[in-house]
Amino acid sequence: MKVALFIPCFIDAFYPEVGIATLELLERFGIQVDYPQEQTCCGQPMGNSGAHAEAAGAERVFARNFAGYDYIVGPSASCIHHVREHLTAIDQTDEVKKVRASAYELVEFLHDVVGAREFPWAEFPYRVGLHNSCSALRHLKEASISEVAGQPFSKPRALLEGVKGIEFVKPSRPDECCGFGGTFSVTEEPVSVRMGQDKVRDHLNAGAQYIVSGDMSCLMHQQGCAERMKADARFIHIAQVLNGARA
Amino acid sequence: MATREAFIAKVRQAQPAARPRPDVPSFTTVGGDLRARFTSALQTMGGTCVEAGAASEVASLIRERFGATVSIASATAEVSGTRLLTADTEPSSLQDIDVGVVRARFGVAETGSVWFSEREYVVNALGYIVQHLVVLLDPAQLVDGLQDVYRRDDFRDARYAALVTGPSATADIEGVLIRGAQGVRSLTVVWLAAE
Amino acid sequence: MSRIDHAKAAGEFIKKTEHVAFHDKRLWDLREKRDAQAHGIAEWETLRELASGIKEHTLSHLSEYLEQFAASAEANGVVVHWAATAEEHNALVHKIMSERGMTTLVKSKSMLTDECKMREYLEPRGITVMETDLGERIQQLDHQDPSHMVVPAVHKLRADVAELFGRTIGTDPHNSDIHYLAESQRMNTRPYFVREKTAGMTGCNFAVAETGTVVVCTNEGNADLSANVPPLHIASIGIEKLIPKVSDLGVFIRMLSRSALGSPITQYTSHFRAPRPGTEMHFILVDHGRSERLAMDDFWYSLKCIRCGACMNTCPVYRRSGGLSYGGTYSGPIGAIINPTFDLKRYSALPFASTLNGSCTNVCPVKINIHEQIYKWRTVIAERHEVPFVKQEVLKMAGRLLASPTLYRATVASMSGALRRLPNFVLYNPLNIWGRQRELPEAPKQTFHAWYKQNRGGGDGNA
Repeated sequence: MKVALFIPCFIDAFYPEVGIATLELLERFGIQVDYPQEQTCCGQPMGNSGAHAEAAGAERVFARNFAGYDYIVGPSASCIHHVREHLTAIDQTDEVKKVRASAYELVEFLHDVVGAREFPWAEFPYRVGLHNSCSALRHLKEASISEVAGQPFSKPRALLEGVKGIEFVKPSRPDECCGFGGTFSVTEEPVSVRMGQDKVRDHLNAGAQYIVSGDMSCLMHQQGCAERMKADARFIHIAQVLNGARA
Repeated sequence: MATREAFIAKVRQAQPAARPRPDVPSFTTVGGDLRARFTSALQTMGGTCVEAGAASEVASLIRERFGATVSIASATAEVSGTRLLTADTEPSSLQDIDVGVVRARFGVAETGSVWFSEREYVVNALGYIVQHLVVLLDPAQLVDGLQDVYRRDDFRDARYAALVTGPSATADIEGVLIRGAQGVRSLTVVWLAAE
Repeated sequence: MSRIDHAKAAGEFIKKTEHVAFHDKRLWDLREKRDAQAHGIAEWETLRELASGIKEHTLSHLSEYLEQFAASAEANGVVVHWAATAEEHNALVHKIMSERGMTTLVKSKSMLTDECKMREYLEPRGITVMETDLGERIQQLDHQDPSHMVVPAVHKLRADVAELFGRTIGTDPHNSDIHYLAESQRMNTRPYFVREKTAGMTGCNFAVAETGTVVVCTNEGNADLSANVPPLHIASIGIEKLIPKVSDLGVFIRMLSRSALGSPITQYTSHFRAPRPGTEMHFILVDHGRSERLAMDDFWYSLKCIRCGACMNTCPVYRRSGGLSYGGTYSGPIGAIINPTFDLKRYSALPFASTLNGSCTNVCPVKINIHEQIYKWRTVIAERHEVPFVKQEVLKMAGRLLASPTLYRATVASMSGALRRLPNFVLYNPLNIWGRQRELPEAPKQTFHAWYKQNRGGGDGNA
């Protein structure tokens, strides 16, 4: 299978270690991964600002870079959701449709396509607050949500359970939004911060030492809040934990 | 002023392409002990259930519960009140009545609700303007749930129909539950077969 | 009218730490109670599907159902009026009352009458309007909009109500015991129901076309008092309230209070079909922008709304902003998709007061795709160049930058300059805003792109 790595713009710029962990993790499963070097951004910041037409250029670059792959894997649920649902400013050719349908978030890909459950190289002996982004939960449906009845399930948790030493804590509002929301984090700063602070407090009150998530944007926001609050919380992306990071 | 025709024409022009009406199935009823479910549901909504052997007991039940000298307006011939109630009674004249008595046509196990129309109330305001409401309910007149209630014909002829569930309530200030908001302060269901 | 600055108003509310903590907790509690009810009914998701289907069917045949409703109501002896605008509605109420020499209106809760600003119309014309719902009464006395559709004064604490009542209805301003306050309002309001020259008004939760019945759901019993004591009952009905049959109530009544408050049913579910002998019943059907909205391909779904408020209770933004920060009769997620139809510019910030998390869509009993409509409104607002925080030219520039790998790489190359050199996505420097209450992420030694080139793809490790 032909697999391409999609590295979201802010991970490229601020959290390259998450991109590296993603690449290495996929390679541990024997997957040959291409990284199209002309990629820019999926266009989500444009789309979320309503700039639908103006996003066409970025969408074209994306479709061009990722054409012809069976799977396009990216460590960000919000970006993958955007590609699947909102890459609509360009002509919906067969190639574009295939690109959109082939986009997978890392956890989805590992859980559903690779079927990975064991990570014998990994150990993370900490109390972990697992934060699933709203994109992962409600848009990509990677885990059950409290407002909808049904059999509880969680793909991120299923993966992390294959990591030695993790103890999961139970925050009181496990699937409430943390308040990043893209440009929301700046345009609605008071509410965004309050939400981030509440989220950090909830995890800490539940006993978390680390907050782990598949979405670095959420973590960036929570970490920003936590550091200013002088709260004793550490943050790490799920790719890094699954890839064997010890801290 | 808009004419009716212009008003409707504007809506007709605006409405989207026709969508079909879904078939509403009858869902499996919960069943079980309807009376027990009703009692439990009513309790959650702040009402109480008591039992009476005969209609003649109700008046003393009322006096025991609410005081020996309370004023009573009864919509049912089974229980006599201290004030006469007829269809011509002015609603506002009931404002000083302590206890209203009325027989419900039926009750609903799902919610602990009782059903009245103007026939049961005689004066509709009776259910709301008095301080306390005592409701006679025949345990044989219980339906399972709301889906059953709304398939009944009772709504067709009733000029006014009410599903009443417990006493009046509000939690508008800091979520603190208050019983006796605008309407009655208490609602007591008396299990009593109809004659 | 000028644009509502939601973020600023929300910021003010958040500074009131006791208020925002209570507000958030109280509404989250309602959300959890709603969950318990919904999870306790095996057919809940099917009911949602049915409720949505019935509403969409009705709205797509709304003109026929309106005609059927009016015909049924008139056959029952009800007088039916048609108000295309808020002004027509208000003038009708005034006309009906003044023709009969009535000078007091006791009313139960109606968002529609708030929307029409009916009180502001009637009061200068000599009509005393008494809001009988406790939350609406509080807001009326304080000259504020309701802040929530179901619990209109949820943003206030008991001391606020004590101070307000002390100022306006003569209670002890230092007594904030809630039983005392509620009892005071009950005693203060009761005389109005029984006054002479008084008309009663209710809103309408559901208008049944088959029988011409208006259904009103309350917990206080104030709708039943308003309708059954005075000799005149006026019901104000938004045209979107139509449903086809009585049996459809078996779906909607099961969902309304469970979604709103997490209780199986409201204390009072009242069905008004015909006037009491010797009295009058009038229905006023109101359009006021609803037919405009009905014609919008993307947005007519918001007309399915049954005013349960579940979207507000689940919305993490609403819970921390307070309803007044939305600047209109409707707030929270439903407000964000309804209000722009009334005034796009004034309410252009509301669709951006959202993280697009989507929980509102999941709790809506009639399956309005709220978060998707919020997203679509953003596109509409951008097309009209009314995005509150960024100019159209900037969005165009950003689009060009992201479309050019070379330009993009060059900009991202230098980490310390990254955000400073990217065209401002916003009118102000996002770094300043982010940094008010959060630390910024540290700049890494190299980008992923550079790392890859250096370690995997050959190259000099730059950019």
